[in-house]
Amino acid sequence: MADARKGDLVQIHKIILKSDQRPDTLPQDTKSLPYESWIKGFLLNEEGTMGDEVRIESLIGREISGTLVSVQPAYDHSFGLPQKELLSIGRELRKK
Amino acid sequence: MKDPGREMDTSYSTVMSRKNEILKRGTGIDYQEYETSRIAFDYEGLMASPQYSLMDVQRILKETGVGNTPLVELKNLTELVRSVSPPGKGCRIFIKDEAANPSGSFKDRRAGLSIHHAAKLGYTGVVAASSGNYGAAVASQAAKHGLKAIILQEVYDSRKVGQPEILEKTRACEAYGAEVWQLTVGPELFYIMLRVLEETSFFSASLYVPTSILGIETLGYELAQQALQQEGRFPDMVVITHAGGGNISGTARGLKKAGCHHTVVVGVSVDLRGLHMASDFDFNRKSFTTGHTGFGIPFLTLPDRTDVPRNCARGLRYLDRYVLISQGEVFYTTELLAKLEGMERGPAGNTSLAGAIALAREMDREQILVVQETEYTSAGKLPSSQLTFAKENGIEVRRGNPKENLPGKTIVIPESVGQVEVEDFDIAKIHYSYIENALKKANDYAPTEEDIQFLAEDSKSTIPYVRETIRALNGKK
Repeated sequence: MADARKGDLVQIHKIILKSDQRPDTLPQDTKSLPYESWIKGFLLNEEGTMGDEVRIESLIGREISGTLVSVQPAYDHSFGLPQKELLSIGRELRKK
Repeated sequence: MKDPGREMDTSYSTVMSRKNEILKRGTGIDYQEYETSRIAFDYEGLMASPQYSLMDVQRILKETGVGNTPLVELKNLTELVRSVSPPGKGCRIFIKDEAANPSGSFKDRRAGLSIHHAAKLGYTGVVAASSGNYGAAVASQAAKHGLKAIILQEVYDSRKVGQPEILEKTRACEAYGAEVWQLTVGPELFYIMLRVLEETSFFSASLYVPTSILGIETLGYELAQQALQQEGRFPDMVVITHAGGGNISGTARGLKKAGCHHTVVVGVSVDLRGLHMASDFDFNRKSFTTGHTGFGIPFLTLPDRTDVPRNCARGLRYLDRYVLISQGEVFYTTELLAKLEGMERGPAGNTSLAGAIALAREMDREQILVVQETEYTSAGKLPSSQLTFAKENGIEVRRGNPKENLPGKTIVIPESVGQVEVEDFDIAKIHYSYIENALKKANDYAPTEEDIQFLAEDSKSTIPYVRETIRALNGKK
């Protein structure tokens, strides 16, 4: 069964430069890796399965192609966990 | 529209070789016209080229609700700082609440004029490379002006792990309707920007074009006027977070235009010395994505290392003093601002405030120090989310003496306000490297009298100093 249908918000992945196409001036750890990108948009194909080459219409209406990697991609950054190194600061100040 | 570069040769070296023509079309500026030698260029001529007066800029920014942010006295914080200052010391600390701008930071001033200019010149869209507040500002301004925006962000390391602060910026840019390219670590951000510019014929909303700096001039001008109206005097010191140099340049130029000729301009960066900015491994071992030494020092010693041929953000021209602060001290200060002043703001914008806490202790009680920005806060842009992320990435976080802070290894949150201290970075060293880099870039070219004068002005040093340094460098060969 397809993972996404036409019009769904999806995320695609593209390799922009392979490791050997990247400049030699990079630090070795970076140079050994490909230069990658992820872009979101609305699926233009009738349907798509993860890993398929698909076309999307970006948020400004440009057509871009790449590998389908996510359907309904969520924002999952958060407020983080309570940090004991910070929690006591307010109380320390009030004691003064 | 097509995918960038389906037909043209898009190899790294070929695209880079087309840089000048792409940027000429993308900025509408022929930078060649302002070059006067292999070293010097007509900086003021370039700044004047878009033909906007300060009053024009103020009016244009006001049309989209940018600027006129409050200047707030931080009375409780001042009191706390005085409690650890020598007798008679501990000046009044004020903050310019730039979070009140439409997209939540002073970057709206920077984007506002550029996007207005792009619309006026007939561009249908804009491109900016920014993982920070600037991207959101460009996306917001583009929405206001009915232009399309593409924002290129360095987001992920090779594990597809991204800093929470940058992930929040992706969300904000997309909320304003921009097409966002989330990229892995690498300076090829510039390469992909050139490709996108070539493909779309959009405007290059670089952080370093004249309109970007002219926009920030309103910030310096405004805070000077507010200090004068509210307190009857100009600020004695203005403290500015420093990365690429635009914040310092624009603010200092605005201060001068307001008539502040004796205000001390101090730049502050978070100390991340030792971390390599293009390293995939180091990328997620820092909690600050801008306002740090990884940009701050190189941009002072070689300002033209940018995405345009000549950088209009020339921090060294305007800097009286450059100081460093640690990550833990900025997180601590962010807590102080929330708990003592009831202002919850983003940590990155509080870099200059952390510096100010230390600097205020050196100043007389009646003097006025202005911290010239705050930024919005949200999920991802909070000490709690950033410290959670730091711990997940193997960074030790603890309370203690911030002098034990070690970039990429340890974040030390101070135990008391008296421990917040700045480290003065030796400006003489920066002057020397600046001259050395300028000569190296000019490649075996003998500087003329005009070049020497340019170097002195551009580094805020003196003609004899430049001459002496050139002699010393020639002797080293």
